[in-house]
Amino acid sequence: MGNRITVPAALCALLFLMVAMPHVGLLGQYGVTFLCTMGIYIILSASLNLVNGYMGEFSCGHAGFMAVGAYTSSVAGVFLFVPDQVFGQPWLPMALTPFAFPIILAAGFIAAALAGLVVAVPSFKTRGDYLAVITLAASYIIKSAIENVEAVGGPRGFAGMGKIVQGMDSMAPIPWMLVWIFLGVTFTIWILRRFVYSTYGKGVMAIHQDEVAAEIMSVNTNKMKLIAFMLSSGLAGLAGGLYAYLISFVNPASFTILRSTECLVMVYLGGMGSLSGSVLSAIVFAILLEFLKPLEQLKWVAIPLLLILLMQFRPEGIMGNRELSDVFPKLKRFYRFK
Amino acid sequence: MLETVIQQALNALQLGSYYSLIALGYCLVYGVLLLINFAHGDIFMVGAYIAFFAATYIMGQHALIPPNSPIMVKLVFAGFFALIVTAAVSFAIKKKPQAPGRKNYSYPAILGGIFITVTAAIYYWGQGMKLETGADKILVFAVTMPLTMILTSVVGVFIERVAYKPLRLKGANRLYVVITALMMGIILEYGNLSLLGTSRLSYPTLLPRVVFDVAGAKISITKLTAIAASFLMFALLQWIVTRTKLGMAMRAVSYDKFAVPLMGIPLDAVIVFTFFLGSSMAGMAGMLYAMNFPVLDPFMGALVGWKAFVAAVVGGIGDIRGAFVGGFLLAFLEVIVAAVFSSELRDLISFTILLGILTWKPTGLFGKPKTTKI
Repeated sequence: MGNRITVPAALCALLFLMVAMPHVGLLGQYGVTFLCTMGIYIILSASLNLVNGYMGEFSCGHAGFMAVGAYTSSVAGVFLFVPDQVFGQPWLPMALTPFAFPIILAAGFIAAALAGLVVAVPSFKTRGDYLAVITLAASYIIKSAIENVEAVGGPRGFAGMGKIVQGMDSMAPIPWMLVWIFLGVTFTIWILRRFVYSTYGKGVMAIHQDEVAAEIMSVNTNKMKLIAFMLSSGLAGLAGGLYAYLISFVNPASFTILRSTECLVMVYLGGMGSLSGSVLSAIVFAILLEFLKPLEQLKWVAIPLLLILLMQFRPEGIMGNRELSDVFPKLKRFYRFK
Repeated sequence: MLETVIQQALNALQLGSYYSLIALGYCLVYGVLLLINFAHGDIFMVGAYIAFFAATYIMGQHALIPPNSPIMVKLVFAGFFALIVTAAVSFAIKKKPQAPGRKNYSYPAILGGIFITVTAAIYYWGQGMKLETGADKILVFAVTMPLTMILTSVVGVFIERVAYKPLRLKGANRLYVVITALMMGIILEYGNLSLLGTSRLSYPTLLPRVVFDVAGAKISITKLTAIAASFLMFALLQWIVTRTKLGMAMRAVSYDKFAVPLMGIPLDAVIVFTFFLGSSMAGMAGMLYAMNFPVLDPFMGALVGWKAFVAAVVGGIGDIRGAFVGGFLLAFLEVIVAAVFSSELRDLISFTILLGILTWKPTGLFGKPKTTKI
């Protein structure tokens, strides 16, 4: 039964490498930031895949939930640890930051999941392209609402998270953000995989196939939709929180339609309803973005062009709706991932 | 007080005319293909740019040949230009061999293209760009409008041919086509940005600055043109879809895409015609928009396009009346919110109301719920 420990062992090894490599100078600041961005893309694409891939709805407002998570985490962190003009003196000493950080992220997760209700509740009755517009409107509403709250800087943005990251750095000299993002990615993949392979996941896939038939077969479709939307938007909020601390600054302009489009592209590039596909496509997308950086504006011509070409040759995305273990069945011998 | 109300209503009508012109394009393509053509907002932007270059070109500001060159050079150049336009149009329209006994729509279009370009070219290059009088500028407007519509629709049909049709033939999931459309939009935006740079072009004044007085409120002739154009296009579209044979074919495709070719209806021609109509209206909206807000930038289509899409859906996507009403509804909401509260809250409140409408009527104002077989 050696395959049982493969995945935990690999994850631990990866984590060890991530902590150790910057120390011996193998991974510079540039590499760390690149890996962090990639991790955030993985969370975004995997979480959107739950709604767009497995449930077959077309949500195009993922950036809005990301914004909710980012702002909630930022405000929670600054409120607890950093002296601020609006939020007053810190409540807790800086020494507690590494322990409180998961709670800060969880706050972002919960807030974004609650914001997901804005979409989840109308989805009981509204379907298809009408639901797509609801998600779009929700993301506009969220962005516009944030722009109107003066306490978090309105359209100018909100800063101060850098001090918390510095505080964590002063506790122990490891690449904290990389570690947190790694843990976030692991958590996302784990929870999505558990969810998709549970009876809930089967219910969600049944909704994709045929909603009315699923309801007749005693799937509680409203409950499934509620959970799927909230989980998906909550994970987007987690990604948003990590993103906010990674670049130490959030402003509403970073959560536009273009960011939602990025998420959509990753989901459909990887394949609808394939978790490993969306991880893979997020990695490919992050690498593409990084490699084409010298092109500047032309980057945004080259990437869509590449993706359109890819779709012409493989209209079902990289993986279709299969997983890595379906493409390479022999892999199952080596690992077991529950 | 009354003045302000009328003025705001006129503003809303003007804004609504752009929204509904774009929404009509969304709605046509959606109605026939069930495809959300997310590139449509950017086709609107392309239309504005085409209108800019067409107008300035005709007015001689971007002349490729000097105005005092001999008439033969001008004629050859005009003929060459007309050839490109008509070749593009005919490629767009007459791709597939037509069924015998069926009217060929390509020849009127080709003839129209040749006529427009040659007339424009000969008139202005022959005149040596004397554009002092207002009547001349109105003529420029009259020539630029159809030219813009034709060229923009060529762009729209080209995108359909290159990006959507292969996917459709492969039977890809509908959402992959939607993603392709999204990416086409990004390509148009950033392609434009890298081609023309960030320089913000300003549109020349074409129509005379005549301002009418409506019960104390002021409305310029450019605004009036925009409003009138949207109502005219709506009437035209309604007529095409409900009264003509082509419209019947469009409705048939929308009803059952698989049975339609079996009935001898050329599916591809209908789809191309749909894109032609939708994009030409986007081009028209782009030109009218550029005339009223005369600063062009590559991202002008994104926000207006997304909002028009929301308007089309709230009206009940796939229904022409819905798109038209939805566009004006959104515009009135925005103007009212901006006037009563503040313009920062505009998106927040108007989108919240639209979201409420969609929750209350899940298929929009005019949409009918589909019955599905299990």
